[in-house]
Amino acid sequence: MAADFSSASAEVERPTAPERVARLVRRLIVPGAVLAVWQVVVAAGWVPPASLPSPAAVVEAWWVWVAGPVTPLAWYSGTWWLYLLMSLRRVAAGFAIAAAAGVGLGVLIGWYAAMEDLFDGVINFLRAVPMTAWVPFAVFFFGIHESAAVFLIGFGSFFPIVVNTAAGARQTPRILIRAARMLGTRPRKLLVRVVLPTALPAIFTGLRVGLGLAWVLVIVAEMLAVQGGLGYALWSAYQFSRLDLILAAITSVGVLGLASDRLVSATAGRVLRWQRGLTGL
Amino acid sequence: MARDTLITCRCLCKSYHDIQHGERVVALDNLTLEIPRGEFVTVIGPSGCGKTTLLNIVAGFERPDSGEVLVENQPIQEPGADRGVVFQEYALFPWLTLRQNVEYGPRERGVPPAEAREIVERTLRLVSLQGAENRYPHELSGGMRQRAALARVLVNDPKILLMDEPFAAVDAQTRAALQREVARLWAETGKTVLFITHSVEEAVLLGDRVVTMTTRPGRIKADVAVSLSRPRDPTSPTFNDYRRAIEQLLTDAGTAASTEKPG
Repeated sequence: MAADFSSASAEVERPTAPERVARLVRRLIVPGAVLAVWQVVVAAGWVPPASLPSPAAVVEAWWVWVAGPVTPLAWYSGTWWLYLLMSLRRVAAGFAIAAAAGVGLGVLIGWYAAMEDLFDGVINFLRAVPMTAWVPFAVFFFGIHESAAVFLIGFGSFFPIVVNTAAGARQTPRILIRAARMLGTRPRKLLVRVVLPTALPAIFTGLRVGLGLAWVLVIVAEMLAVQGGLGYALWSAYQFSRLDLILAAITSVGVLGLASDRLVSATAGRVLRWQRGLTGL
Repeated sequence: MARDTLITCRCLCKSYHDIQHGERVVALDNLTLEIPRGEFVTVIGPSGCGKTTLLNIVAGFERPDSGEVLVENQPIQEPGADRGVVFQEYALFPWLTLRQNVEYGPRERGVPPAEAREIVERTLRLVSLQGAENRYPHELSGGMRQRAALARVLVNDPKILLMDEPFAAVDAQTRAALQREVARLWAETGKTVLFITHSVEEAVLLGDRVVTMTTRPGRIKADVAVSLSRPRDPTSPTFNDYRRAIEQLLTDAGTAASTEKPG
């Protein structure tokens, strides 16, 4: 009595081409409007150009920053890619450490009551201290060195990851633990077989928040503690009173933060495929 | 009875602290039960009578305060793949597809992949779930989920099937189909089954024996052998005689449990 269930498959429908275009247009409306208002305000002379350069002026400065020749006459000309790479590397290093430590420790804290007793107080104490408060300490401890930035980024983005992971692991249903045990899973493997998959949605929430924080902290670190990078360029632009470059740097960071967040949520979408149709997403 | 004893529950006692009422509840009071190999035993009783506790102890999920459970004369220490459990809530792994759920046991037990693939195929066919292998549990109907849960334990070829009110959450039609399915699987595989239910009809329909329990303290009230040929017809007069008798035992168990009427 073989039944054919494949026809009733609950596939999520893919949007058609016109629908995709409509979505893209909707997404561009607000940024487009902001740019238009900005341009009009500056062009009409309602704000002095010294306090707010026009979008066109920002793009122009940005272009020199990105594609201009490297010359001792202009510190920023042609340095964008180098600074981008420096910031990216710091975020990648700090975030990788935070993700590994946060997920690892979070699962243990969520699963073992003893681990929770050991770490919960410390984590919530440290979490209450703004990361910027650590900058002077980091500079003294590590010096003006890469490790100061990596420390700030890793330490700061660790907290949302560990807290979310622990919360996710804590929600493991007892019945799934029992199911795994009666199917032959040894007690020490439950963590990987049941607790970790149960916590995955919460882990990805933590990773997204953590990555956002990593971009905040790389800018803070580069403004205050280390040389090079988009935050360093931002601070230099401030010191040279180059408002156009400040805005170009801010936009650069925004675009990168957005792109890396998309990367994490795309990964989450693939890893959490089983949730499709189960949640409102 | 010529068949050897597979499961022996000897003098099981288990009590809980009821947080809501702040009192100790005796879930099992000196319960003794023997189940021969290949027998289908249904356990029925009022809610809170400790029938699920009995199943959890045999499964190894809980430990008795005193007494012991022997399977093939070996005391139960922990859960194991020799005792497959089918839960009322299915308890399939939501992040695994149907096939991966069924593959889970063989993988954990280290069955070689080629062999595992073959037994998974065979088991999916046994419960008529081929065609739905790549769907996730939440994409399956209640009846399909419960058949998947059954496949997931049958693939381990357990000695014992422990079923905890497995069909309480599905609609009447699906339940009837699943009952037929379980009766057929039991006849085909010869497994020993301990089946917890709160439906008298289900208990008589499936059981070689119907064990009725009293509540607070949880004890065995009666142990009724059902000598009806299979497949059983729930509308026949003899079926209803059994049904009436067990219904009566349960009514007594519900009202007279505290007055300690001798069974």
